[in-house]
Amino acid sequence: MAIATRYQAVIGLEVHAQILTHSKMFCGCSTDYLTAPPNANTCPVCLALPGSLPVINRKAVEATIRTALALNCEIPEFTKFDRKNYFYPDLPKGYQISQYDLPLSRNGRLEFEVNGEPRRCGITRVHLEEDTGKLLHAGEIHRAQSSLVNLNRAGVPLMEIVGEPDLRSADEAREYFTRLRAILQYAGINNGDMESGQLRCDANVSIRPEGSTTYGTKVEIKNMNSFRSVHRAIEFEIERQVQVLESGGALVQETRGWNDPKGVTVSQRSKEYAHDYRYFPEPDLPPLVVTRGWVEEIRRTLPELPAARRARFVSQFELSIYDATLLTSSKTVADFFEQAVRADGGAPPKAVANWILGDLSRIRGTEAWDTAGAPLSPAHLAQLIRLIDSGTISGKMGKDLLGQAVASGKAPQDLVAEQGLSQVTGEDQLGAWVDQVIAENAKSSQDFKGGKPQALGFLVGQVMKLSKGRANPERVNALLRERLGPGPPNG
Amino acid sequence: MTQFWRPIHELHQMLVDREISAVELTDAILAQVDAVDEKTRAYLLVTRDLAHRQARAADERLRAKRDLRPLTGIPMAIKDVLCIDGVAATAGSRILEGFVPPYSATVVERLAADGAVFLGKTNCDEFAMGSSNENSGYWPVHNPWQLDRVPGGSSGGSAAAVAAGEAVAALGSDTGGSIRQPAALTGIVGVKPTYGRVSRYGLIAFASSLDQVGPMTLDVRDAATVLQAIAGHDPRDSTSSPRPVPDYFEHLAEGVKGLRLGVPKEYFVDGMEPEVEAAIRAAIRLYERQGAHIEEVSLPNSRYALPAYYIIAPAEASSNLARYDGIRYGRQAGRGRNLIEEYQATRQDGFGNEVKRRIMLGTYALSSGYYDAYYLKAQKVRTLVVEDFARAFKKVDVLISATSPTVAFPLGAKTQDPLAMYLNDVLTLPGNLGNVCGISIPCGLANGLPIGLQVIAPGFREDLMLRVAYAFEAATEFHRRRAPLVSVGA
Repeated sequence: MAIATRYQAVIGLEVHAQILTHSKMFCGCSTDYLTAPPNANTCPVCLALPGSLPVINRKAVEATIRTALALNCEIPEFTKFDRKNYFYPDLPKGYQISQYDLPLSRNGRLEFEVNGEPRRCGITRVHLEEDTGKLLHAGEIHRAQSSLVNLNRAGVPLMEIVGEPDLRSADEAREYFTRLRAILQYAGINNGDMESGQLRCDANVSIRPEGSTTYGTKVEIKNMNSFRSVHRAIEFEIERQVQVLESGGALVQETRGWNDPKGVTVSQRSKEYAHDYRYFPEPDLPPLVVTRGWVEEIRRTLPELPAARRARFVSQFELSIYDATLLTSSKTVADFFEQAVRADGGAPPKAVANWILGDLSRIRGTEAWDTAGAPLSPAHLAQLIRLIDSGTISGKMGKDLLGQAVASGKAPQDLVAEQGLSQVTGEDQLGAWVDQVIAENAKSSQDFKGGKPQALGFLVGQVMKLSKGRANPERVNALLRERLGPGPPNG
Repeated sequence: MTQFWRPIHELHQMLVDREISAVELTDAILAQVDAVDEKTRAYLLVTRDLAHRQARAADERLRAKRDLRPLTGIPMAIKDVLCIDGVAATAGSRILEGFVPPYSATVVERLAADGAVFLGKTNCDEFAMGSSNENSGYWPVHNPWQLDRVPGGSSGGSAAAVAAGEAVAALGSDTGGSIRQPAALTGIVGVKPTYGRVSRYGLIAFASSLDQVGPMTLDVRDAATVLQAIAGHDPRDSTSSPRPVPDYFEHLAEGVKGLRLGVPKEYFVDGMEPEVEAAIRAAIRLYERQGAHIEEVSLPNSRYALPAYYIIAPAEASSNLARYDGIRYGRQAGRGRNLIEEYQATRQDGFGNEVKRRIMLGTYALSSGYYDAYYLKAQKVRTLVVEDFARAFKKVDVLISATSPTVAFPLGAKTQDPLAMYLNDVLTLPGNLGNVCGISIPCGLANGLPIGLQVIAPGFREDLMLRVAYAFEAATEFHRRRAPLVSVGA
């Protein structure tokens, strides 16, 4: 990124994560808004019918506290909900129940690494609120003649994690967000899916002259729908701001939307049009007293978090820090790894890691595993590795077999049996194939004897072809040399 | 009609003894509605079919002597701010025209479970904002005692219905006096329970931190009966209290001998009518004769209660009423060319002037830059009002005062002067801010118009409040006086 050395970027992320509870934040409706028919999961409370009242979902509060604990936050004893007032058709009450001045938690931190360098980002607060419904416009929003309102999502528990402006580059922002997502997954809060909007990220970006301690004019970027777009949008925005200042212009405090296809941020709303949300304490909900006993109870439910798991992968499985970091970035992937290593019969950790980060991730990128699942079961991967290690099949056959196992869902063991693929190591059969190949390729055999070592490779290939890949290549190599003499020294 | 024009406890005995059936009783009251409602305009909607269904079911219970409750077969009116499943609800507002709630308020469910019969939805000031019922989006209610007078508000329809024999009892809601003041002006009994005593689920909100549902009845025993039926924790209302509900009849008749009754000196306000003051002084003397210790007390911050109330209540209302945007239910203007215009048109058409005034007041009070000066300050005043009551209740057991400084005033007399209208609630609204409970009972007539006596007790001491009120009622005949309209029509 070509930031002029004269400027430093200052970035803070606001992350919204839906909480995977069964019921909504303030009513008993199902949180399934992705597959349910429009407005099927609604009731007087989340439709904001007159006279309905909210009741706090205890599980959502606990999930927020669990996240806050994972982010080293303080959990005050006293917290309350507030109303954030604005009109929009996806907000049925005309206000969102959120938290204003007394959130569930504050003053946390998240540690992560960028290119092996440790970094730390402060967490301003983690608070709890409710999601809005969804609008479907008939055409482009400003020209639409009508819009449809689906309130299935209205009232789904939503956690907001506000980070301090401690990030200094798009890379840092991406690493912070990746680590944060992993924590949410580990704590069982959220599946980390940005595409469906279950995890969302807005960025506040400003720049200032290197060495300055005051902040520049802040721009909020919205509408980033993937990790890649978070990185690209911030990179673009930093560059844009540098160019504005470099060309003698002034930055305005505004909200800009990321246009992914065009790769630019576009102004949406300037500060003069900023909402006055008229926050005030939600009178329908008494303040919450969070007892220390409750906090400790929740702390005990905290699972092993990514940093701890990574350290354990390094020490217990002797993985490199690099591999351990990649594997533990996603709970799904890390779980898969451990399941494969511990599967019946097991498999060597290093080999499992290599397969996951190599061939398996080429079949399906690991970031997609959270939603789409791994391409095959951990037990099948372990089996495949054992088949190779035992010499039953060659490494190359293993790669082919992986594709078949993924496509068919069958166990590698069964595929080997079905297709008679097991490697042939018996001298008789191998000898017969070798003799046949030497006879049929007299020229190449002569070339090898005459000092052309590359001819051996061709002959091995012919044997492999003849055996339909089942011959053990090392044994074939040895037998050819036996039959043709030592030939020239390896070249 | 006269034979059925009795309090719940008497009718209950007649029903149990099969002297009358619930259907007969319901028909008799409905006949009274047919006879006089064109004069009082107390009802917005009469639910004849529902009432008959419920009355027949009540008769089943009465015949089988199964599940008999004090309210089984008792015809009641429900203020139109409360939802009944399948029955149109308007909160007195045009903006809710056509809205039929698919669920019932908890209080309605409780009454229904006890076998009460719902006669209909009663008129009220729009979203319960008003003290004369003239802010109804439909039509004003007329006081049965004198038809050119207001019945008070906002529960004016419920008050007039009970006072005119159009219902045996009713539910109202009280945010600043909306049960007690109309009860006083129509000569009936009205209770504002302690905030949290009665569920607000299904009560169309005006000001969430102040609203309470309560009974409006012919006498104190009936008020105790209805309160007993509706009070108690509701998991659907997080602000409802888990405290157990005492038996309100256990100590009801124990009198006031030895009790300390406080008379707040600030409650004899400027502008109080001399007849009202005289009636209250007479009531105080009666209590003294009954053996109560009378003590003057001071609630020094009462004078700030009214301005604080008119910040807090509109602030909450401005937010509570945001949902009326015409998108999901109710009236939609349909002429906006875009979203904002449509919002404006719907709310322009649907809300009346007083509601608009309060939405603007409340929006302003919550605005960035004004919040501290208005809303926050008003909340601090609220704390002072709470402390006033707490201090007073260290010295005395209950407080007694007038409910309203005046008797019912002529329709139209105060509609042009919002401040004069707001002063109607000057003696009741501190009770809403102060988290106490209050009751209004009839204590006299001035020029043929009823006067109300208010008894205020500490939070969750409805038992004590009812006991003190009952001591007065048991010694007087005021609660037996009926509006002349009814006597004539009966």
